[in-house]
Amino acid sequence: MNNIKKALGVLWFLLGPALVALMIWQALDKIGKAAEGAARQNTTLQWGIILFIFIPICIGMMIFGWYALRGEYTKLPGKSEELED
Amino acid sequence: MNSSTTGTNSIRRVISASSVGTLIEWYDFYIFGSLAILIGKHLFPADAGASALINTLAIFAAGFIVRPFGALVFGRLGDLVGRKYTFLLTLVLMGASTFAIGLIPGYKSIGYTAPVLVLILRLIQGLALGGEYGGAATYVAEHAPANRRGFYTSWIQTTATLGLFLSLGVILLTKNMLGDDAFNEYGWRIPFLVSVVLVLISIYIRMKMQESPAFTKLKNEGKTSAKPLRESFRKRGNFKMVLLALFGAVMGQGVVWYTGQFYAQSFIENVCKINFEQSRTILLWAIAFATPLFIVFGALSDRYGRKWIMLTGMLLGVLTWRPIYKTFLELSDTKQQTEITGDAAIERSTEIAAGTNDTVTTTRTEKHFENGIIVKETKKEILPAVASQEIPKVQIKTEKTLPTGTYWIFIALVFVQIAYVTMVYGPIAAFLVELFPTKIRYTSMSLPYHIGNGVFGGLVPFLGTLIVSFTMTEANPAGDPLAGLWYPIGVAGLCFIIGAVYLANKRDENVMD
Repeated sequence: MNNIKKALGVLWFLLGPALVALMIWQALDKIGKAAEGAARQNTTLQWGIILFIFIPICIGMMIFGWYALRGEYTKLPGKSEELED
Repeated sequence: MNSSTTGTNSIRRVISASSVGTLIEWYDFYIFGSLAILIGKHLFPADAGASALINTLAIFAAGFIVRPFGALVFGRLGDLVGRKYTFLLTLVLMGASTFAIGLIPGYKSIGYTAPVLVLILRLIQGLALGGEYGGAATYVAEHAPANRRGFYTSWIQTTATLGLFLSLGVILLTKNMLGDDAFNEYGWRIPFLVSVVLVLISIYIRMKMQESPAFTKLKNEGKTSAKPLRESFRKRGNFKMVLLALFGAVMGQGVVWYTGQFYAQSFIENVCKINFEQSRTILLWAIAFATPLFIVFGALSDRYGRKWIMLTGMLLGVLTWRPIYKTFLELSDTKQQTEITGDAAIERSTEIAAGTNDTVTTTRTEKHFENGIIVKETKKEILPAVASQEIPKVQIKTEKTLPTGTYWIFIALVFVQIAYVTMVYGPIAAFLVELFPTKIRYTSMSLPYHIGNGVFGGLVPFLGTLIVSFTMTEANPAGDPLAGLWYPIGVAGLCFIIGAVYLANKRDENVMD
């Protein structure tokens, strides 16, 4: 099980940047397709909000993957003192 | 029983006092969502159409997005000065901003200042809610005995759903008392204004509460954290648990919750076109039947562990949402149905609009179909008084009334979704409390909770509507109505895998450390 946890860490680590790339690609596509004027402004605003929120979360996913890869989750802490490091 | 935990009578008082305040905060937060379409009409220009709804949902979503910041601000305060005073402050902020939303003039009076002011107040609501829940859950958990922690904290969990129940109830009551026209004109403000009474009662109850025993013990020993934010997120040992809580539990829990309650209501009203009253009473009945399950799953998590109960709820959502929503569409569809001829009623009226002198022709039709559905259509055509003016688009409003049998099938299908909510949400407070140490618990558990619920969950209606809009083409202007479900399915599916692989199922006996 511990090997699966570590191996999946690679997937989570790569999933973060993959999702960012997908969102940027979608944002450019949808903004480009929106009609000039208010519709384009609205689309840009909507995608701006989405990217602003989800990019930090994707970075969090990368860090989670990195921790998993390093075996940080092979044994979960049982006491509060174990969270101190 | 742990020496620092509380007796049965006392814990009941703790739960009541915490729950009433949290219930009112949820009520305040939800009335905005329940009235989104109506608020959009008052905040934005009359010709804004679908973009008014999307912009209002964006303001609605803004309240969710800032919740993690509220979690940081008030979580830190709660770990520094204590749980009691912090969630008293959040209650005051929430009550004041909700009351103020009820007083904001519309777009006609103050133009775009109206949506900007509402956005600011909505942000304050979000910040307050971000601080409230973590405090209430921590407070109850720190009073509860180890073997009943899931059971006792699940009472706090019911408040989120009961807050929605209360908001829908007050809205329906106000609408029925005032009538449609008065409610649409000014009556929608009343549920916001009523909040101030509820908040004052809650403040009175909370003033009488004592500080949590775990926090008091730490404070007396001088062991409270001086820098809770740094200790929560800069220490690897704790931060990795914050990430695990987010990706392995709360992001999935958030989308299950908001799909089962908000997306369901929005879908039934806006996509299936079920009338205002039925679309809300469907949710009211489903909530009433499902709410006891929060307590059941909270208690079961004390016996069997939190992990698999929560993950089962997520998996069931992933597997059944599309069939459930497809059934909603099929049952409310009238295109494939035969109209009962002779039952149709048509009513036409023409009037000259005051001020503009435009000619407004309103045509109301009522059609009856073989499957028992009654469709009421109101068509409004405006002919400008000035001939050179462009003729506005014809406004068509469709409302369907379901026959009793179909109505109860809708309730059953929403009930099933809320049952999933109770599985993921009933045990989550105990799960989060047990993951983090007392001195930084308020901060550490609040952030992942509010990212999971506020961001992943709160964005379900907004992103769902947006994804559906991607599928709209000239040939199919309505798009694929089920496409919006891919967002919650994807998030809950990912969370299920991470939770299944990385989470432990064992219960932490000692949360006083």
